[in-house]
Amino acid sequence: MADYYNLFTTVQAKGPVHHGVELGPGNSPRFGHPAIFWLLGKIGNAQLGPIYLGGFGVLSLVCGMLAFNIIGLNMLASVNWDPVQFVRQLFWLALEPPPPEYGLSMPPLNQGGWFLIVGLLLSISVLAWWVRMYRRAIALGMGTHVAWAFAAALWLFFVLGLFRPVLMGSWGEAVPYGIFPHLDWTAALSIRYGNLFYNPFHALSIVFLYGSVLLFAMHGATILAVTRYGGEREIEQIVDRGTASERAGLFWRWTMGFNATMESIHRWAWWFAVLCPLTGGIGILLTGTVVDNWYLWAIKHGVAPPYPNVFPPVVDPALTLGVK
Amino acid sequence: MAMLSFEKKYRVRGGTLVAGDLFDFWLGPFYVGFFGVTTIFFAFLGTTMILWGASQGPTWNLWQISIAPPNLSYGLRFAPLMEGGLWQLITICALGAFVSWALREVEICRKLGMGYHVPAAFSMAILAYFTLQIVRPLLMGAWGHAFPYGIYSHLDWVSNVGYQYLHFHYNPAHMLAVSFFFATTFALSLHGALILSATNPGKGQVVKTPEHEDTFFRDTIGYSIGTLGIHRLGVFLAMAAVAFSALCIVISGPFWSRGWPEWWGWWLNLPIWSQWP
Repeated sequence: MADYYNLFTTVQAKGPVHHGVELGPGNSPRFGHPAIFWLLGKIGNAQLGPIYLGGFGVLSLVCGMLAFNIIGLNMLASVNWDPVQFVRQLFWLALEPPPPEYGLSMPPLNQGGWFLIVGLLLSISVLAWWVRMYRRAIALGMGTHVAWAFAAALWLFFVLGLFRPVLMGSWGEAVPYGIFPHLDWTAALSIRYGNLFYNPFHALSIVFLYGSVLLFAMHGATILAVTRYGGEREIEQIVDRGTASERAGLFWRWTMGFNATMESIHRWAWWFAVLCPLTGGIGILLTGTVVDNWYLWAIKHGVAPPYPNVFPPVVDPALTLGVK
Repeated sequence: MAMLSFEKKYRVRGGTLVAGDLFDFWLGPFYVGFFGVTTIFFAFLGTTMILWGASQGPTWNLWQISIAPPNLSYGLRFAPLMEGGLWQLITICALGAFVSWALREVEICRKLGMGYHVPAAFSMAILAYFTLQIVRPLLMGAWGHAFPYGIYSHLDWVSNVGYQYLHFHYNPAHMLAVSFFFATTFALSLHGALILSATNPGKGQVVKTPEHEDTFFRDTIGYSIGTLGIHRLGVFLAMAAVAFSALCIVISGPFWSRGWPEWWGWWLNLPIWSQWP
């Protein structure tokens, strides 16, 4: 048994850099001179760059940078423009959405106005990036699978920041920008709506999240284990099956009675990864709009048992404080 | 005989770790081997005990069936069957089945002349299970700190243990674990999509090459890790996600018993903040 594990590239071949597949008319020239990094070459390609910018790429980067800087400046303003406190409290700082009383109207800048501007800029940024992913694939004569997978992530992004706040009637429902603050938002949402663990779409989303990690561990490890037979040349193996694919397939057939093919494993991969934000987005969209308490929902549908009342009954504060 | 067209020439003898040729055969598509026998033994015994435990419980509702570990008062002792003893035996069976499965994978790797990457990656998952159910309860001094076997009961356990530390999202290892989970899923979507987009370019187009794949990612983000590198990255990200998951729970209780938000006080109280103007 050879001790050939191929965890790192031991001998790096040096040749001319690749400037990319020729692009057709109507494309801009690529930007930057490719550079070789020895350390990158230990795990993957040593070549960094060139990059294609193009109109949508520039639009996306400019809007994204603007949003990032507005968030940072708002955080800096919140510590009275003290750079030391900015660094010290960075993880705690936030650009918060408007308070609920503003509903879906435009609040003053320091009351969530900046937050809405950032939301608009980020939306333009990610949509332009989607167009860019779509157009770059077309320009190379490839399928648009990357763009459509990205669209699944955009669905979750827009559910969190646009669709659900609109359905709830308040921008205040959106997620704040900040490290700890967005975690606080997540925990608060879960508690407010009766524990998101009882939300079946949340459960599905986690199944696909863990499933994706399991699949990548299985697929990545299988391919690495057959690289001695050229298994990492997946396109060639798909169109002309070699011993690498045969061994990889038989490994799983003998292990669990079933195997994917070199092509179908990537369909499994795509669907598992895409279904994670897709189901997650459905779960968030239903929370507060259709279902007010996932725990009571789960009891009603026989999913969760009614737990014994060890504490005296508590009145839901939302029903007593005059909140809608 | 459930064999693929090319399968016969791969079904050779040898490569077993123990028991020589005794169990060196296939059943339908499954390879058996010594560890196939032990897998079946532990899996059957464990599943039967779960079913028996369910039959003694209050419900057959699939979501609500639960086999709980012993009460904390039992500490690290054996408990009577119906008071957690069943959970203890099931845990032993689960570990026996998982380890048998990993070793069976090793034998199959040896038969097929493959590296041991898959069983190595799987071992990380076994380690996480071992950490949750054995290491942390041992460090905490009671089997009752392990999670129960049930679909919603184990979610309740996660929720409850999370709130015991006030806000588990502030656990730094949990942060890294979640980031690695998201990163793995993100990378998997990109890899799956890239391969599909190269081999399914649309009507009338020819299948593309790895040069097209590299060009697509260089064009869009300036770097393409390449056909070999993406699989190294995927395995690394996935194993890191599981490793940090195990770490984040084993430090909760044995090494940090207060709320996780409080843990970050060390950063806020670093002496450098007061020394700067």
